[in-house]
Amino acid sequence: MSETKVNPIVDMRHVSVDFPVKGALPFIRKGCIQAVSDVSLTIHRGETFGIVGESGCGKSTLANAMIGMVKPTAGEVVFDGKNLYELSRDDFKATRRDMQMIFQDPFSSLNPRFNVYQIISEPMFIRGQDSEATMKARVIELLELVGLSKDDLYRYPSDFSGGQRQRLGIARAIILNPTFLVCDEPVSALDVSVHAQILNLLTDIQKKLKLTYVFISHNLAVVKSICDRMIVMYLGKIMEAGNVKTIFDNPLHPYTHALLSAVLDTDQTKQREQVILKGDIPSPIDPPKGCRFYQRCPKAMEGCKTIPAPEITVEEDHVVACHYVNGFPESVEKGEGYDTPLKQQADE
Amino acid sequence: MKAVLKSIGRFFLKRFKGIRRFIKRVWAHRQGKIGLTMVTFLVIVAVFAPWIAPFDPYDVAERTTKGLPPSTTHLLGTTINTGQDIFSMLVYGTRVSLIVGVSSGVLIAIVGSVLGVMAGYIGGAVDSFIMRLVDVLLVIPTLPLVIVLTNVLGRDFWIIILIFVAIGWTGLSRTIRSLVLVLKNSNYVKAAELSGASRFHIMIRHILPGTSHLLIMSTALSSAGIMVAEAGLSFLGLGDPTAISWGKMLADAQSGGALLFGAWWWIIAPGIGIFMAVFAFMRIGIVVEEILNPRMKQSSGVYKIFKNLNSSYVEDVFNSMDEHAQIGEASSAKGGAHG
Repeated sequence: MSETKVNPIVDMRHVSVDFPVKGALPFIRKGCIQAVSDVSLTIHRGETFGIVGESGCGKSTLANAMIGMVKPTAGEVVFDGKNLYELSRDDFKATRRDMQMIFQDPFSSLNPRFNVYQIISEPMFIRGQDSEATMKARVIELLELVGLSKDDLYRYPSDFSGGQRQRLGIARAIILNPTFLVCDEPVSALDVSVHAQILNLLTDIQKKLKLTYVFISHNLAVVKSICDRMIVMYLGKIMEAGNVKTIFDNPLHPYTHALLSAVLDTDQTKQREQVILKGDIPSPIDPPKGCRFYQRCPKAMEGCKTIPAPEITVEEDHVVACHYVNGFPESVEKGEGYDTPLKQQADE
Repeated sequence: MKAVLKSIGRFFLKRFKGIRRFIKRVWAHRQGKIGLTMVTFLVIVAVFAPWIAPFDPYDVAERTTKGLPPSTTHLLGTTINTGQDIFSMLVYGTRVSLIVGVSSGVLIAIVGSVLGVMAGYIGGAVDSFIMRLVDVLLVIPTLPLVIVLTNVLGRDFWIIILIFVAIGWTGLSRTIRSLVLVLKNSNYVKAAELSGASRFHIMIRHILPGTSHLLIMSTALSSAGIMVAEAGLSFLGLGDPTAISWGKMLADAQSGGALLFGAWWWIIAPGIGIFMAVFAFMRIGIVVEEILNPRMKQSSGVYKIFKNLNSSYVEDVFNSMDEHAQIGEASSAKGGAHG
């Protein structure tokens, strides 16, 4: 355990990603979308790391920053001991071959003009070190690994179902023996009946190839079943982070509560406390100064509006960023009546 | 460098195989059979013109044959003023029309696709520059420009081809750019980028093949269009004065008084030539569109092309425009939502 902590596979330090928004007039910047702001996290070797949050909270942008698809505006990403955005072009390309991605939509992630062999062998073809025969042998090996057959080699993506296409996507992702795999909602576009198959396939492959996964999802049941550690994101910030078991047993952040209570349960007899959030996620162009969640938080106080909530470790491997849980920090100057609950939210 | 050469070589080899397979698929259609047969026929006529033509079309010395109606010796009669054999002129005219039409069509496809893909995929300053150039070229009225340029640069038919290409690529590159904007956001392009693919690789292997149906269709249809335009230009007396083309034959018929003397064969012959060439290329263009776009397979017809134009990539363009608009709305609506 101590060894893996010394040498994490991904270490993100105070990473922020901003996207400029163009105004109506040229040359005038209207502002920035702060997709990810000041996120630090560590992913250990061999674990499955879950990223949870609602649409538009920056999950995918964070994952893209991890694998070098989006350059962070601030902070650094250290992959396998190397600072990703300070490498030379060739080193960057070589390093990035250790990471791959599985996409959400299996229909747009495969080029409809390529046959199965061309799709799966493409990363190898781009690397340009292998002969046709080696590539073919490797592709057949992978097809069998993901549960397809050799006969599918020259068929086209349109001949396959969603689940089978996702298997092709997985085969393409692992052909160069990556060590780090980002799964961007790999099952959410599939039929429910296929979920388990694909998830089992992913965990089998992880065991066989000793991969590290980052698993982006908004399905908490999936995260609970396959992830080791997780973070809960809201509007570009980490709300709660830690061991999956700890968080599910003892959720502290009001947002995590709300997410957990929204999980559908087939067992109707189980009565739970329902936390229903009002409104939508605010625009990331001009996020709240204080806690990002205060507008929709059932426990919000006056002070939450202006004082940002720091991430504080509450127990081993469990970090929460919430004033309600941690109390307001003492060093910050607080206004009058900072701890009175916000009225409209409290009434609702 | 070696890798680049290798990928270029592979690219062309694959295209070669692709063309063979493609012709087979066109042949499978009834319309395609008609188009391919006619084009092959025209190509053979153009290549073997000196053997097919019974007389020298340039020969104006034989004044005794002036204005003869069609007969067994002069299949399509002779001209009124110079006594040239019209059938021979028609055969030789195929050369000019085909060369002008096909080479401008191909050049337009090359220029249009290269600039369109660059504008769409690289974006930024390159995109702005190319698109402003397109805007400028699109507002210039074509015919007056062609008339002026042919007067300035000369009337050699290579110059005419270049002028047609210089004007003709704009519309195609615009359509291709909008298609590229859709293609470049697809996940398979992202996956290729993630595997370390260069921009060149992505443009050649993923984006250009995605626009191929547009390119082939555009080549066939713009070839047909340019054949007509070339005929029109020659009819106005702006074509190559030394070459025999169908348009020039019509112009001569007009100035030689074919209508006045009732020499119908002099007018109908070049008309048939133009019609055949345009018809053949249009057939191929339509069949290509049908093959490459499965949604059109059930029925054929020109109106389907327009219907389909509306439903496929134009719709994609509108969707992408909507997305941009939504980002804009989100930014302007942020004040009201939670205030």
